[in-house]
Parts: sequence; C-alpha cells; structure tokens
Amino acid sequence: MSILTERPEVAPDTEAIVTSRPPSRRFRSVRRAGVSGVVAKYTILGLGAFLVLVPLYSILAVSLQPRGIPVAGLSWPADPQWSNYVDAWNTGAFNVLLSNSVMIALPVVVIAVFLSVLSGYAFATMKFRGKEFIFAALLIGLILPFEGIIVPLYYTLRALNLTNTMWGVALPEIGLYVSFGTFWMRVAFSQTPPSLVEAAQIDGARPWQVLWKVLFPISWPSVMTIVILFFIWSWNEFLIALVILQDPASKTAPAGLGAFVGKYVSDVPLLAAAAVIVAVPVVVTYVLLQGHVIRGMTQGAVKE
Amino acid sequence: MNTRSKVKNNRLAYLYVLPALSASLLFVAFPLLQTVWYSLHRWSGIGTPVWVGLQNYVTQLSSPRVQSALYHSLILIVFFALIPVCLGLITASMLSSSRLRGLGFFRTVLFLPQVIALTVTGMAWRWMYNLDGPINETLRAIGLDSLARPWLGDFDWALYAVGLVGTWLTAGFCMILFLAGISRIDPGLYDAAKIDGSGPIREFFAVTLPGVKPELGVALTITVIGGLKSFDVVYMTTRGGPGTSTTVPALEIYRLAFVDGQVGSAAAIAIVLVLLIVIVGLGMARLFRTRQ
Repeated sequence: MSILTERPEVAPDTEAIVTSRPPSRRFRSVRRAGVSGVVAKYTILGLGAFLVLVPLYSILAVSLQPRGIPVAGLSWPADPQWSNYVDAWNTGAFNVLLSNSVMIALPVVVIAVFLSVLSGYAFATMKFRGKEFIFAALLIGLILPFEGIIVPLYYTLRALNLTNTMWGVALPEIGLYVSFGTFWMRVAFSQTPPSLVEAAQIDGARPWQVLWKVLFPISWPSVMTIVILFFIWSWNEFLIALVILQDPASKTAPAGLGAFVGKYVSDVPLLAAAAVIVAVPVVVTYVLLQGHVIRGMTQGAVKE
Repeated sequence: MNTRSKVKNNRLAYLYVLPALSASLLFVAFPLLQTVWYSLHRWSGIGTPVWVGLQNYVTQLSSPRVQSALYHSLILIVFFALIPVCLGLITASMLSSSRLRGLGFFRTVLFLPQVIALTVTGMAWRWMYNLDGPINETLRAIGLDSLARPWLGDFDWALYAVGLVGTWLTAGFCMILFLAGISRIDPGLYDAAKIDGSGPIREFFAVTLPGVKPELGVALTITVIGGLKSFDVVYMTTRGGPGTSTTVPALEIYRLAFVDGQVGSAAAIAIVLVLLIVIVGLGMARLFRTRQ
C-alpha cells in the first residue's frame, strides 16, 4: 500500500482529535522529478531506514556474541551463539513471562474491543441526553498516561488484593484503552451508509441485531485495527506491570526484562537476547498487519 | 454531533455506553481524583494520611531534584518533538512530489520504532552507547578516540543521549504522518504556486505547511506528551543517572511513591505532570483547529 494514496477517513465532527480533512482528489498532477531528484529521495529514505535499523541490527548481532569475553561493536559474530537465547529463556523464565503477557493481553483485547464496539455504536447512531458530556469525559483517557494515576492505582489494587494478579494490570488497561476504542469505533460506524441500517430496521431488526448483523461485519477492518493496537499496547506496557506485578511469577515480558537488566548488568549478550525475545511477538504482528498498525496510530487520536 | 441517528431509544443508549464508561471512570477518572486527594496529604503508604494542603506541591516544586526533572523534560521535548517534527516536515516535503517504488518498505521500517516495546528500545540503545558499543567503536575507527566515552554514564552527555533515543523513536512517525497529509493537498495549489513563480521554500510555507496543519497538531501533541511522560526509556537506560542528570518527572513519581514512601509528594508531581499534559493537549487542539 502506498502512503501517497492513503488518506485519513474520519467523520468531520472529530476534528479536534483526529486528522480530518475533506477528501480531495486522488490523483496528483504529474510533476517530473529529474534523475538526481529521485536519487536524492532514495538517499533520504535509505539514510532514514539505515538509522532506524542500526540499533536493531546491533542488538541482534550482540545477542549472538559469545558471553563472558569483551564484545566488539557492530560486527556480526563469526560463530553465532544461538545458545544465548536458550540461556536467556531459562534464566529469565521467559516461558512464565510470555504466558503472563498473553494472559493479560488476551482479556484486555477481547473486553476492551467489545466495550468499545458497544459504546462506539451508541455514540455513532443514537441520541441520548448527556451524550456530549459523556463523550468529553471519555476524552481524558486519550491523553492521560498511566504515569499520572499509577500511585493510587497501586494502593487501590493492593487493597482489592489485585496486585500480582493479571486483572490488576488488565483492568486499568481496559479502562484506558476504551477511550481510544470508543472514538475509533464511533468514526467507523458513522461512515457506514445509513441506508444499510434503515433497510435492516424496516426489516424489523432491533438495535442489537443492527449492530452485530449489519454494522459489525462491514466495520470489521476497523475492529481489527483496535484488536491489533490493543494487543501491541498491552504487550508493551511497562510502568503498570512494573508497579503492580512485583512477584516474579506474575511479571509480564517487559517487566521481566526490567528486572533482568538490574540483575545481569554487564552480560550484554544475555540481556540482548532477552530483549529480542520480548520484541519478537509484537514485531511479527506488526510486519504481518502493518497497514492496520500504521493507520490506527496515525489516523487515530492523540494517543500513541 | 452526528445527526443521522435513527434510534431514539434514550435509555437503551446508556446500556451500550455504560460498560465502557464505567471502566474508564473506575480505572482512569477515579484514580485521577484519588491522585489529587493523595497530593494534599502526607502519607507513607501505611497508617493514616495527614492533611497538609498544598505543602507537597510547594516542597516538591522547590526541590532542586524535581526542578531539574522538569527542566530535563523540556530538553527531552526538543528531542522527542521539535527535532523529529522538523525532520519529518523537511523530509516529507522533499519526498512528496513523486511516486516512489518501494515506499511501502521504507514506511514499514521507518514506523518500526513506534511498535517495539520501549523497554527493548532502551536495551538496544544501552548497547549502542556502551563504552565498547557501536557508537564508540565507530568513533575509534575514524580516529576520534578522544570522543569515545560511556555516553549514558557521562554527566554532560547522558541527557542528550537519552534525548536522541526519543528522536529515533518519533522522527519516522512524524514523516509518515506528514506524507499522508501532503498527499491530500490539492495538487492544483502546487501548480498555482509554480505559476506564481514560487521556489521550493515559498511553496513549502505557502502550500505544504498550511496543508498539513492537522497532522502537525497531532504530531506535536503526541510527541510533546511522549517527551513529558517519558519513563520506560529513562528507566531502562540511565534510571535518572548519573546523579540526577537524566531524571524526569515520571521517574520521580515512581521513586517517591514506591521507593521512598512519600506517596503524597509523588501524587503532587503526578498532578503537575497531568496538568502539563492536559495543557499541551488542549493547547494543541486549539492552536491547530481546522475549520470545516
């Protein structure tokens, strides 16, 4: 998919938070760039890609270096030590860390997406008193980071015996992500042709059926986008996992990595291998479904 | 607001909104109010909180440590927001005028830093900046041995080193955002600018910049807030050190609440941070509002 043909498609009334502009012509006038212009453009792109990839390449390279001897810069190891991954996996108990991460991400995705679909549907198709006010109340979750509320979250969740449990992390994540999800699904449902809903209503469909039989199936790509984004966000979330999950057996992969750094400060290959293990699930998801990820994060709201 | 609603059953709508709204109120809005309440008390995490009014704010905002954390945030905003937005604008406007083969590949790569866990990114850059890491190795290879140093352990350089990680994180994102914005500008405007005899620089300020105004607003909002709230990268690379040379507000919140047992003070800094973020959010929304 070319970026030049991609346009944000959003409802006009979300201008403040979503990048919205009236659709303009799809075709650009043909402007000839000379050969030198094309070379300059590829140079910019190539340099940018190079700068992005160097740190990622270097952590891969160092993760395969022999442990215990001084490691040299950027060079690819002559004899890649794949056993570093086995060692990192075992010493870091990554089977536990990764399964904890999955056990948190799954309910977060399922529940947050379900709640977002419901509320997005109401905001897109129904009139009710206090609608704008409730919508504005949800807005705070778009820009508020966990850093701002982590202190009482910890003490409240501890009082509820939810620290060191998956719900102690999953529930706050759901609470934060439904803001973005509601905005996203409202836009998606607003863009469906009204005639579809009308036709279903004439056939006697109730709101619940209109949502699940008519709107949900045609808005499936938008639903997929928040499924993927919520998964990535939940997987990568660090601070809340660090604070809420202090028992090593309950930690998520990024939180485990945080603890790992403290313990094996100078064992660079081992740390690098651990970091790669943490990154792989999200990177694979991204590479397979990057269209959704980029669309969601650039057209979405002021939520990174 | 949307006027094409067909369903008029008011009460039903609340049933649809209620689950999401209660999740948001319970786990976001309520903790935010609690943070305000904590910030007005002295509390170590055990025992009874003692009402102290605004004293936590006064103490913390006048503490050199917190002041330097706030100052570091400003520097980080330059690296997380200003530099990437400028780089993104310049590169996107240079790239925009023709279709390029393989742009999809570059887009995938340039967006990559946005999806990798910040903890992993922090780890990668720990190695980049290591005394034996790629940056120092390169410096030594080109004869600049005297410049080689443990960047993250250097009082003068650590903050800029952390800042540069922020630039790495957001520059590609800004460029992709602006490319999408530029692609929606009416090509006729560029043709008109050409006919008027505008050079590339006037064209940029007269056509491109106004054309990407909404994207500029979004990019600045996201990246400035990203700089303000930064925690993960700092925690993984320097933990605020050496000394306090790279500490940031989020790290001070963490330290005060969960290491030092000064919950009220941590909450006061959290409220200051939230206020800054809200001001940025509302300010950008107002500044970059587009009229339909």
